[in-house]
Amino acid sequence: MKPIIKVEHIAKHYRIGVNQPAYQTLRDTIVETVRSPFRRQRPEEDSSSTVWALHDVSFEVARGEVIGIIGRNGAGKSTLLKILSRITEPTRGRAELYGRVGSLLEVGTGFHPELTGRENIFLNGVIMGMRRDEIERKFNEIVKFAEVSRFLDTPVKRYSSGMYVRLAFAVAAHLEPEILIVDEVLAVGDASFQRKCLDKMKDVSQHGRTVLFVSHNMSAVTRLCDRTILLDEGRVLDDGPSHRVVSTYLRSGLGTTAVREWPDRKKSPGNQIARLLSVRVLNEANKPSDAIDIRRPVGIEMEFEVLSPDRVLMPNFHFFNEEGINVFIAADHDAEWRRRPRPVGRYVTTAWIPGNFLAEGTIIVGVALSTFEPTVIHFYERDAVAFQVIDTLDGDSARGDYTGPMPGIVRPLLEWRTQFFPGEVEQDLVSLAEAKNS
Amino acid sequence: MLESSPASTPANIGGVQAPELPDHPLVLIQPTRSGLGLNFRDLWAYRELLFFLAWRDLKVRYKQTLLGVIWVVIQPLLLTLVFTVILGKLARVPTDGVPYPLMVYTALLPWSFFSSAVTNSGNSIVANAHLITKVYFPRLLIPASAIVARLVDLGVSFVILIGLMLYYRAPVDAKLLVLPLLVVLVTMLALGVGTLISALNVKYRDVGMMLPVFVQLWMFVSPILYPLSLVPERWQGIYMWNPLVGIITGFRSALLGDPFNWKAIGISVLFTAVLVVVAAALFRRVEKEFADVV
Repeated sequence: MKPIIKVEHIAKHYRIGVNQPAYQTLRDTIVETVRSPFRRQRPEEDSSSTVWALHDVSFEVARGEVIGIIGRNGAGKSTLLKILSRITEPTRGRAELYGRVGSLLEVGTGFHPELTGRENIFLNGVIMGMRRDEIERKFNEIVKFAEVSRFLDTPVKRYSSGMYVRLAFAVAAHLEPEILIVDEVLAVGDASFQRKCLDKMKDVSQHGRTVLFVSHNMSAVTRLCDRTILLDEGRVLDDGPSHRVVSTYLRSGLGTTAVREWPDRKKSPGNQIARLLSVRVLNEANKPSDAIDIRRPVGIEMEFEVLSPDRVLMPNFHFFNEEGINVFIAADHDAEWRRRPRPVGRYVTTAWIPGNFLAEGTIIVGVALSTFEPTVIHFYERDAVAFQVIDTLDGDSARGDYTGPMPGIVRPLLEWRTQFFPGEVEQDLVSLAEAKNS
Repeated sequence: MLESSPASTPANIGGVQAPELPDHPLVLIQPTRSGLGLNFRDLWAYRELLFFLAWRDLKVRYKQTLLGVIWVVIQPLLLTLVFTVILGKLARVPTDGVPYPLMVYTALLPWSFFSSAVTNSGNSIVANAHLITKVYFPRLLIPASAIVARLVDLGVSFVILIGLMLYYRAPVDAKLLVLPLLVVLVTMLALGVGTLISALNVKYRDVGMMLPVFVQLWMFVSPILYPLSLVPERWQGIYMWNPLVGIITGFRSALLGDPFNWKAIGISVLFTAVLVVVAAALFRRVEKEFADVV
């Protein structure tokens, strides 16, 4: 079947300067031109100030496919979407799109706060490529979907953030493009609205439309997408059935998901106050391991350096299961460092999760370092490490002798007590039971 | 929770028969080659956006003002009053027999339009950065819509002009028919200058800083507060290279009945034509970088 999207060897570089403003001043250009008037500006060759966001990405998408695009931050996902939605141009390569593209890169961008809901529906619709008569036809449907009919003539600056997002998504969702590009819009809105958005996406795909869905939510990707493309450092690392690619993603890194290190300190997560150096998942024997026995404790270790003294710093870990549910958050409770400003130096902090607490499956750990009052997040590396919790079915875990599916986001081994009172039953019922059994 | 459709989804699920895919791509994405002209097909497809953006501009501008669109009229009227008192009465600038307020107002008409159109469209790309980095549409519509919005203002100020002309019993003749052409000319000139500045302003914010000074200077080298005849004969050759000279004297001639200065108008047409072509080519070359730089 002919593809609806055909991407061939797309590459994109950005020019970056470490201490340079995003835009040049006229003086800089004049000075540069005066210094070397005959050198043509060929940024591609100047490797120190350019970064390749995408190298040679190629893939094809058939009509009706729902494709997930995953990868770590900076893998090139957003750049790819921006190229496909024509916001920015590729440096090399080409892409062919055989259908109208609608993108939900960030809903509500075309809104103007001073204009009313009604006016914004038209403005935003036209900005996204709808015709005026098309908007008029869908107007009532949009208003109904957004649940804002009472506030149609109110300027959107007086809307609550929920109403604002609902209206914006409603306009975008009714664009009815052949190709829908979605980037993390599901991160906004309340749970019921998120559900509505997912339903709308599903609806779109069932009408033979094609969806490109970028997300960090692995469970949404595996549920919604048939096929997933994993990007890493601007290249396609894997492309195939979602469940396989998602597990490739979780296992990527340094061969194991249990260790992440940032050997180049300039690129490690952090700021001028603190930098993350490494994160490890440790088993009981203090060895890095990505497979943990459900009955044994597991340690998460973060190593960071403090570059600027006199701040109270609180390391914290965020645990997610493979469905993207936040299982729990743990913050450093080491009495020695609580409320105590930290001197410059290297720190290694480990949190131990007891055995018989996590449920079986994959646990993805995000690590962060924060300061409170005022809140400053020095770094937050989501998906830093991951490990599998495995039950060997020996009968002494919380499962007991049961081996079937067992839902629940944690699986603590509880203390169970039984009291027994011999003979304290109604004799009539006992004899009735005996009669039935014989 | 959600069952996604299998990869082999037929295109007609739910009874909706999707049309066949076109033979040629609807959108072809590749690096722009230099020398390529404007994408007119795209501009046409998004033509409604031009008016919606202009409408947004006007709506937002007058929404919270008490007098609303009347401001369009008050501003040039006040300016005319100030100039009349200072230059007409105190400095006694010669006017070639035309009442000073009428001379100033007929010049302020194209000038207010031109200066506000250039200022607004020059800053428009930077001001709409949030749109440019998030959604695609032909970028040229942004500076162009700023000019369309000012064109509406120009229409409003014509109403006042009619009042002034009736009051001073200015003679009206067939020359008035040239006026629409002059409006087209000044619009194209504003489009050329505005587009050029808006594109440069993305990369070099200095341009935005320079813009007000530049506009102010341009006012003094145009025959707005004084008639063209005040410029010494030997300087007029150079003076007329200012494309606004032809337009402003043209406005005066059309409205007040003086003979047209065809030489100045011809230079203005030539200048505008070259500028529009250059501006379009430059805009096309740099617009691909807007989202990355702005």
